[in-house]
This record gives sequence, structure tokens and C-alpha cells, in this order.
Amino acid sequence: MCDSASPNQFAQKLDSYIDSLTHKKENLIGVLHYAQEIYGYLPDNVQWHIAQRLDIPSATVYGVVSFYSFFTMIPRGEHVVNVCTGTACFVRGAEKLKEELENQLKIKAGETTPDNLFTLETLRCVGACGLAPVMIVDGEVHGRMHEAQDINEVLAKYRPES
Amino acid sequence: MSTQVYTISRILNYEHGVSTKEASPKEGKCHMKLKNTDALNELQAQSLKLLESRQVIDSVGTKNAQGLVRHVMVCGGPGCHSSGSPRIAERLEEELNKRGLTEQIKVFQPGCFGFCEKGPMIEIFPDNVTYCEVSEEDVTTIVEEHFIQGNLVEHLVFMDPNTKERFATNIPFYDGQLRIALRNVGYIAPENILEYIAADGYQALAKVLFTMKPFEVIDVLKQSGLRGRGGAGFPTGTKWEFTRKSEADQRYIICNADEGDPGAFMDRSVLEGDPHSVLEAMLIAGSAIGASEGFIYVRAEYPAAIHRLKIAIAQAREYGLLGKGILGSDFCFDIELKLGAGAFVCGEETALIHSIEGARGEPSVKPPFPAQKGLWGKPTCVNNVETLANIPPIILKGAEWFSAIGTEKSKGTKVFALAGKVNNVGLVEVPMGTTLRQIIFDIGGGIKQRKTFKAAQTGGPSGGCIPTKYLDSPIDYESLTAIGSMMGSGGLIVLDEDDCMVNIAKFFQEFTMDESCGRCTACRVGTKRLYEILTKITEGKASLEDLDNLERLCHIIKDTALCGLGQSAPNPILSTLKYFREEYIAHVVDKTCPAGVCKHLLKYEITDKCVGCTLCVKKCPMHCITGTVKKRHIIDQERCLKCGACMDQCRVVGAIICH
Repeated sequence: MCDSASPNQFAQKLDSYIDSLTHKKENLIGVLHYAQEIYGYLPDNVQWHIAQRLDIPSATVYGVVSFYSFFTMIPRGEHVVNVCTGTACFVRGAEKLKEELENQLKIKAGETTPDNLFTLETLRCVGACGLAPVMIVDGEVHGRMHEAQDINEVLAKYRPES
Repeated sequence: MSTQVYTISRILNYEHGVSTKEASPKEGKCHMKLKNTDALNELQAQSLKLLESRQVIDSVGTKNAQGLVRHVMVCGGPGCHSSGSPRIAERLEEELNKRGLTEQIKVFQPGCFGFCEKGPMIEIFPDNVTYCEVSEEDVTTIVEEHFIQGNLVEHLVFMDPNTKERFATNIPFYDGQLRIALRNVGYIAPENILEYIAADGYQALAKVLFTMKPFEVIDVLKQSGLRGRGGAGFPTGTKWEFTRKSEADQRYIICNADEGDPGAFMDRSVLEGDPHSVLEAMLIAGSAIGASEGFIYVRAEYPAAIHRLKIAIAQAREYGLLGKGILGSDFCFDIELKLGAGAFVCGEETALIHSIEGARGEPSVKPPFPAQKGLWGKPTCVNNVETLANIPPIILKGAEWFSAIGTEKSKGTKVFALAGKVNNVGLVEVPMGTTLRQIIFDIGGGIKQRKTFKAAQTGGPSGGCIPTKYLDSPIDYESLTAIGSMMGSGGLIVLDEDDCMVNIAKFFQEFTMDESCGRCTACRVGTKRLYEILTKITEGKASLEDLDNLERLCHIIKDTALCGLGQSAPNPILSTLKYFREEYIAHVVDKTCPAGVCKHLLKYEITDKCVGCTLCVKKCPMHCITGTVKKRHIIDQERCLKCGACMDQCRVVGAIICH
């Protein structure tokens, strides 16, 4: 996420967080949350590092990382576009919205654009069912996304001005 | 003691971490810990004035409210928040500030009002006026017209779409609702413990600690008939009793706030709108079952709820309501937050416990039940958020009060997240035994665009679809199970004539397939095979034999899967097969989709209305439309992708039809 900071700084931050915990092994998920927040994703070396610091097998760390959908081992783009695929959005056209986004971004859900600007993902229900179908860009919810034009306008806001 | 009014500017800070005085004793005044019940009562008496303006018995006319201290409540529920309510609150403060009205008119952002369809909403007290679909641009008008001139802003008042009648108060959406779990949601400012205390907060805890014995508390719960609101409906009192009776040196209480059903946001609304009620109930549970530690397992996808919980826990500690010697008793209890990481199966209690322990959230075989051997091998009681939110009022008002509400076997109320093709999407709390018709047509205002109701989906991926003929059956745990669905956590999705039931079943199957943890074969492989058969059906490639196999496999999975997720995964298929079999037959035998949803079964045709403009020819990605200018075109059905691009382009009504 913060490209300017050196990996060493990240490791120091992570280490001091781990040191502050009284129960270490039990807090594996919390540590992974923290690590993903500073690194943006959880590459092999970070998982390996956590395993050593928590004194648990790296297979256990990998097992947990691969189990939970919140954790990712692939770096994401600058902006993360999520399509809500909860039931309420589904019956109000989430599939069409997803297809339209795939069209406009020219990537499939789960992929990142070659310029590293957008990552397209799906998630389940953000509780804004009254605005269905919704897309969420960097945590900001955009509702009633029925028209290609509206979708295009939302994406344009996140594109660097050329 | 601080009685400062909680202002919006600080609520808006929430993305930047906890920085409130209440939350951090180091920064602000150090509050005295409450040493006994008298101190609590005294604090309540002092805090009552915080809510004074909002306690409206007879609403004051807008004119008469001039000069009184007014409270403007800007809905901060998930829906309104998404459509810009924080910005509205901010603009209101700016406008009021500009006119020097901030002393007289205070702005708050409480939890969800429930009527999400008409959001962002604001309520003004003591005038008791509600404005709907407020935008940033309306703020100046509201301040000028309502606050300064004393006139109602007519165009922001709710209008019944059918009768065109306007309602500034008593909006019909709230008729027939009864708020117990949501009693404080949308009413108090959730980040101020004093408002919760003013609304009888922590009184139930005091009653339990000083006037009741643990078994008496359990008895009250058993008599009240409260059952788990997470879905399965296990009696809460019995669960507490089992945990209490397990011999151990340590017991735990866990609040299950891993609300994973797609389309359900009840628990989120309670956590965001009234976090202290959950903490108080956990304290009561702790003292009744003999636990000194509690955990709240909350989804990482709910940052606002996490933030509010952090503030609430810090405030409760500061006032001595968490920690050692609570209210001067010898009871010690503390609560820790644990974040989920996006796994639906973690809503299952054994999986949730493993996740708290830092492992993969896979379920284990029961027995032993968590009440016997749970977190770190100790007896553990896992309760859902909504269940807990019901407990303080039950303790205060008694088991008889609660058991008088609802049906014979299902007591109290249930919160539903009403969504889908219904006019009034929102959060509703109704007494058990209310019929689907009342919820969908009276409260929900009927189906969108005057279409026909087809089915109601309850219970999320574990539930089923309820057809029209059961619209009048009262909703409770037993009746929903009897008609092939289940209560679930409370998602209620309304489907209309345009929804294909096979496609809906496929949607839920895709969900359970995705979320299956992989521990048992029945679920891991079974849900995948079910999904494949459903895909075949929606693509028109299935035979009647596939349909038989589908049904057989459903029953096998139900009988053999390890946990609730797998056992209930086939429910959406079984219930749609039961009530909408003819739709499956249409897909399999006639190769058509009656609702016109399944793409592969659609057929695009150009009729004689075609004027030969060639627009569709140019747009077709397969170049499978032929025809010359001013002559009727033809689609090559063999090569058609059914993408619908031609129909989107066509400007002549009825020239391209899809069936």
C-alpha cells in the first residue's frame, strides 16, 4: 500500500506489533490482519516471517491465509472495485453490473488491470440493500448501478486525470 | 461527570481511530468508576436530560417547537451512510453554526431507522417530524424553512405511493412493528454511554448482580422462551444452563457477530446502533454462567461496527462496568474483540471457536457441544447478537412480559432485513407470528413496479423459498421449517415474476460451494456436483435423470454433512423443487426459462416490424445477423451468443423479441 516505505520499516512495525501481544499464537489472525494492512497483501516471505516470530509451522500460517477470503497473497491494484453479490443485489441485477465492469475494465473478477489501477472483486452484502445493485470502490458505496453510463462515471472519478 | 452532548464532528472522525474523550481516559476527564447501584442510578438521573428532547409523547407542532432545544437525528444506518448521510449531518452543523443555532439545535448520528428505501432520513425532535430522501442540497431549505420559519418542508415528507397521502409522523412502515432488540437503535447516540445509561442501560446488570442468583437469571430466560436468533432457534436459557452445569475452572461467553448471510444486516445494525446492549447482555451471561471472559467475534467487513464496539468497550471499562469488581460486587468480567476474516462457515459455533483460537475456521463434530468443551477446551456459551440484545429488557420487564409476545413456541420478536423486489426495503422488527403478507404488503408496501409476488426467500443459503400459498401462515421457527424453509438469521428477500427459481437455487448453491470449508466430503464435493447439475439445467443441457439425481444428492448431503452449513446447503434446491418443480421441468424438457432469465435458453428473433436499419448487424459481436438495408434481418440461431446486444441497440419497438 505505502510504496514509499522500505520493507524494513514494515518488518519493524510488524515485529513491534507482535511483541506487544501477550498471547501470540492465538492471535495469528489478528497478526495477519495487521500484516495485510501494512504490506497490502501477504507474500510468502511475510508468512514465513510471521511463522518464525509466532513459533508455529509456516504450513499453519499458509493454511490460515488460504482459508479466509479476506487474506490475499496477490498484490491488489491501487483501487479495489467490489461488486456486492448478496441476494438483494443479485435479484436486482448484480450479475449485469459485474459483467459491465468486466467489460469496461477489460478484466475478470479477481483480476487486476495491467496498469495496476483497478482490482475487480466480489463480496457478499454490505447492508446497503435499499441501493441495490451496489458497487464499492475503496470502501465507498455507489448505489443503483443499473446503467453502463453511471458505472463509467464512477470509474472515471478514480482514473488519474490525463 | 461529563454530560456533554455528543456532536457529529467527533462521530465523523471514526475512520481515524478512537479519539474520543469517552474512549480514552488519558485525554479527557477521568471518570469515576461506578462503585454501586446508587452511583449508577445517580448517573442515570443526571443523564436523563440528554434524551429529554427526544421523548415525545404528544408531538409538538413545528411552530410550537420554536425556541425549544431540538435534536436532529440523522440516520447513520448502513444504507443511509452509503447514500451520504454523514455529509448531510456535517452540512447541517455548518449551517446551524453559521446562524448561531448550535446551542439550540443539536445534530446526532444514531444507528439505523430501518426505513432504508427512503434514505437518507432525518428525524427532528420534539417536533417529531421525519424527512425522507434528504440530500445535501436540502440542508439549507430545512434550516431556513423548518428551523427558522417554523414550516414543514412539504416535499421531503413521506408520501404513500398509492394513496398520495403525506405523513410527517407515524409513517405506515412502522405500523405493526415492535422494537425490542432494536429498542435503542436509531434513538440513542451509540458512541455515548451516558445516553445508553439514560435509556435504562446497565440497570438489568445491576438487578442481576445484586438481587438475583445465577440460577434465577437462567430460570427467567427459560421461562421467557427466548430462542437463538442466529437461525437454529435453540432455547437460550437451556444453553446457559448447560454451560453453567459443566464443571470447569474457567468458562467463556462468545457473542457471534459473524453475520454472513448475503442480504442480512440485522446484527450489524444492532452493533452500530446500540453496542452497549450487547455488552450488558454478555455481562449478564457471564455472571449467570460463571464466566469472567467474553469474546465478540465480528466480521472484519464491518469497520463501523468494530469501531463502535471498541468505543463502547473502552467506555464501559472507564465506568467500571467491565473489569474487576463491577459496580462494587465481586464479579469480574472483561470482553475482547476478535475479527473474522471472511469465512461464512465461521458463523457455525465450533468453526467460530477454532477461528478465535487462531486456526482455520473448520467445524468439528458435536458432541461434545461447546457448552461442554468449547474455547480452549473450556465450557463456552455462544450467543448471537440479536439474541443478546433481547436479554436486558427481559431481565428488567420479566419473563411474562416477553412470553406474552409471539406464538406458542416462538416468543418475542424477530428482526428481518427486508430486501429484494419490495417497495420498502428496510429493517423491520415484528412479533413472532406476524404473517409474510403483513411484512411484505403492509410494512413492505408491496412489490416494486406493481409486479406479481412469486416467492419470499428466508434463511439465506440455508433456507428456502416460500410460495404465494403460504403468504398467510404466521412466521415462527416451527412453521417456517414445516414449509421447507427456516428462520435463519433474518434475511427476507422478496422475489417477483421476473425471477427464475432455478437460477436463484443456483445462486445459493454457488455461495455454499464457495464457502464450503472442505472438511467433509459430502459438502466439499456434494455442493460442487449440485452446482454442476444446476448449471446444466440452466443451460438447457439436462435430462429428467439429472433432475432425479439432483434431488437424491440433496438428501444424501442433508444426511451426511458434518455441520449446519452442509446439512442445510440443499435447502434452496429442495424448496424450489417442491414448490416450483414446473419451472425445473420447463428448463429440462421444454428447454425454456419461463421467467426469461437463463441466457442459454433465450431465443432472440427479428420480427416483421424490422425496418432494416442495420444497427443490430453492426453491433452483433458474432456477426451472425444478416440482412440488407431496409429489408428484415435474420439472426443465425446456431451462432447466436444470446448477449442481447442487438435488442439493446434496436430502436423499433417489437422488432427484436426475446423469448
